[in-house]
Amino acid sequence: MKTSKALAIPYIVWILIFTVIPLGLVVVFALTDSDGGFTLQNLFDMSSYMAVLFRSIIFAMIATVICLVLAFPAAYFISRARSFNQSTLIVFIMVPMWISFILRTYAWMTLLEPNGLINRFLGLFGIGPLNLINNAGAVILGMVYNYLPFMILPLYSVMVKIDQSVIEAAQDLGSSRLSLVRRVILPLSMPGINTGIIAVFIPSVSTFVISRMLGGGTNDLIGDLIESQFLGASYNPHLGSAMALVLMVVVLFMMSLFNQFGSEEEGTMI
Amino acid sequence: MKNTIISLRNAVVEYDGVQVLKNVSLDILDKQFVTLLGPSGCGKTTTLRIIGGFADMASGELFFNGTKINSLPPHKREVNTVFQKYALFPHLNIYDNIAFGLRIKKLPEKEIASRVGEMLRLVNMQGFEKRSINSLSGGQQQRIAIARALVNRPKVLLLDEPLGALDLKLRKEMQIELKRMQQELEITFIYVTHDQEEALTMSDTVVVMKDGCIQQIGTPQDIYNEPVNAFVADFIGESNIIDGIMRRDFLVEFAGKEFACVDKDFEKDELVDVVIRPEDIKVVPQYQGAIVGVVENCIFKGVHYEISVDSLGYKWIIHSTQSEEIGAIIGMNVTPMDIHIMHKTEER
Amino acid sequence: MKSVYAKLYMYLLYIFLYLPILVLIVFSFNASKSRANWTGFTFDWYIRLFNNEDILRSLVNTVIIAVAASVLATVLGTVAALGIHSMKKTPRSLIMGATYIPVINPEIIMGISLMLLFKFFVDYFGFKFGFVSLILAHISFDVPYVIYNVLPKLRTMNPNLVEAACDLGCNQRMAFFKVVIPEIMPGIFSGFLMALTYSVDDFVVSYFTSGVGVQTLSITIESMTRLKISPEINALSAIIFVVISAILITKNIIENRRLRHERNLVRLAMSKEASG
Repeated sequence: MKTSKALAIPYIVWILIFTVIPLGLVVVFALTDSDGGFTLQNLFDMSSYMAVLFRSIIFAMIATVICLVLAFPAAYFISRARSFNQSTLIVFIMVPMWISFILRTYAWMTLLEPNGLINRFLGLFGIGPLNLINNAGAVILGMVYNYLPFMILPLYSVMVKIDQSVIEAAQDLGSSRLSLVRRVILPLSMPGINTGIIAVFIPSVSTFVISRMLGGGTNDLIGDLIESQFLGASYNPHLGSAMALVLMVVVLFMMSLFNQFGSEEEGTMI
Repeated sequence: MKNTIISLRNAVVEYDGVQVLKNVSLDILDKQFVTLLGPSGCGKTTTLRIIGGFADMASGELFFNGTKINSLPPHKREVNTVFQKYALFPHLNIYDNIAFGLRIKKLPEKEIASRVGEMLRLVNMQGFEKRSINSLSGGQQQRIAIARALVNRPKVLLLDEPLGALDLKLRKEMQIELKRMQQELEITFIYVTHDQEEALTMSDTVVVMKDGCIQQIGTPQDIYNEPVNAFVADFIGESNIIDGIMRRDFLVEFAGKEFACVDKDFEKDELVDVVIRPEDIKVVPQYQGAIVGVVENCIFKGVHYEISVDSLGYKWIIHSTQSEEIGAIIGMNVTPMDIHIMHKTEER
Repeated sequence: MKSVYAKLYMYLLYIFLYLPILVLIVFSFNASKSRANWTGFTFDWYIRLFNNEDILRSLVNTVIIAVAASVLATVLGTVAALGIHSMKKTPRSLIMGATYIPVINPEIIMGISLMLLFKFFVDYFGFKFGFVSLILAHISFDVPYVIYNVLPKLRTMNPNLVEAACDLGCNQRMAFFKVVIPEIMPGIFSGFLMALTYSVDDFVVSYFTSGVGVQTLSITIESMTRLKISPEINALSAIIFVVISAILITKNIIENRRLRHERNLVRLAMSKEASG
């Protein structure tokens, strides 16, 4: 069909204005001071926030690993269910995703607080009240809870394409359950694992809502710092932009680790 | 006398409360080429999957060399399977696909290399080691699937319609090669197909199945020449199947005439199916024929003509080396040997 | 899913996913403000919710912004897809790479970068934060989803269709509206729906681009969770949960019914083939 390339021009202009220039502005702000002069001071100032950056990366990594461990068997079981059950099981994975993540995180707040439901339940057995909220564990739990479906869905969508007879062939050739996973299911699921890792890691490493609601100011992440430079008490968009720039580097690094693998795998798969 | 290697006793399999296998018992002799033959949904693949360990029986027993192996998982059975759509591992190259089973057994890489090489020679695919499976044609993938199964030196090889996706010419070639491999390796092949010609060409024993029941077990010659019922007769090659009445031993009435036959031990005046192969009917001049009819159609089929004849409402199919003119009145004769009498089965 | 362990695992997983939401819903009917003590049944919070002007106003704002942004994004994205479709490989992959940025970029970075852009507009063009900035920001993250939905439809469309239409007397323009648009309509529609749901759901980008005047529903909810604890939030969660579940489950039932119907047809055809 002949459509004109010119039709893409408005969109190209749009990308320039609303994607490229804003990211350029972040770079410009990161490298200037409030008078507009060039400076590397903002990036040097970042060094005092390195602990927060590391915490963000570590938390996001832990959450990603937990999501992977939880999602792998779940996605596999769903992909081997009967096809009618499959779509129902997947819808029930998706329903929570469609509810605002603020509400989902709020739900955990009410469960975890000192006089929340979980502590009251434990109290029946004479335990507690335990300190369940405003700590690292609560923040990571919030990440896992919110982003688990992002891991299950891409895993499921590659696993469902694994032909049952390929699995049977592996068993036929002597694979025990463990070697079946290691030698067949895992390598065939790699594209989905890579997508899932990116889909969980990126929102986790950059969140500020989850850490604020479940961390209670004790476990600030890089997202909280950036937010407070733009809309919070310590207004400084130049420093905030420097932080955002560093975060972008982290994200790009993760992408280069996993996305490349993904596209390569897919290339040979299809 | 050969040993029984696999023995299935009273196997029942149910899916969603429907019996797909109804009390099937079957003995398979060592080093034989056995074919399970039948239309789709007859239970032949299910039978194969029970032997492979991929289907559970509701009741029944499975013996391998006299040992009961009902609950033995697939990876511990001394059988290997060639799957319908090959089921090659898409993430592995050809060498690694074939080596898969040997690596699971943790054999030294040196031995793996020599056995994989041996298999590639057997299936005529030397030099393909490093190729990806996606670069292969259907026929080549099939060869790799066979090599991948055989490299483990199974006692029994299960093949689930392995040639179904290939074109006719390739299929014929592979039939001959499979038979050669089976004879060369001297192991048991259990082969599932719905193609009667394939079954007759390759097998030592044919098991004809229908609706989850075994209809007949025998050599290809037995099955073709002495089908036990009208279903088998019809499924194995074309047949004329006509209603008849067994007047007494060695005498049957059909098409309005009485014929001498070689069958006995039916009840007097029992309603029976009379089966006559199209090539067993001789075309004779009208006045010499036991049956007389009008030629309705005559089609050249390459080796023979297929002639359709109408005789007082009965439709006959004849295979003859000579053509007949449409509209001609001809006589038909059949010798007692070629009249097969069968009890009526209820379902027909 | 044959093994008992698999079933048990899946039950536990669904309990993990749903228990917090169900607790929220249950306590939306609690007479007191307590989130752990059941003191009696009430509909009060629902009544209060519907009298809460902040929530109602932000709900209206959300609808206006989401509908406007997703309609505009659908138009922009569809036109863009048509252009991208006719491009050669190199410029196309360049544009698709740029399209990927808003999808993969952390929301917070998208939020602050647009905020900086709008600040620049404010400083130099007398622009004001509000509906326009929100709609522009929403279009930015909506467009990629429209393009992702429309492009595959264009790719799988039979290239002879337009020629056939022209052969039957259409000019290029008529062929476009009578053949191409109807053919890619399912993609346009699902792209629109996706854009709409992302817009309704968005918090982070809106948070940075709304200024002080206009609040969307998710911003209002967030500030409620920050300032005061109110079971009205629970009531709102319950309503959202019921509506979303109803939509998704109905969609699933309809699709399953269609699948089952198709499968029965196939079965029927197969059994006929087998018996005949």
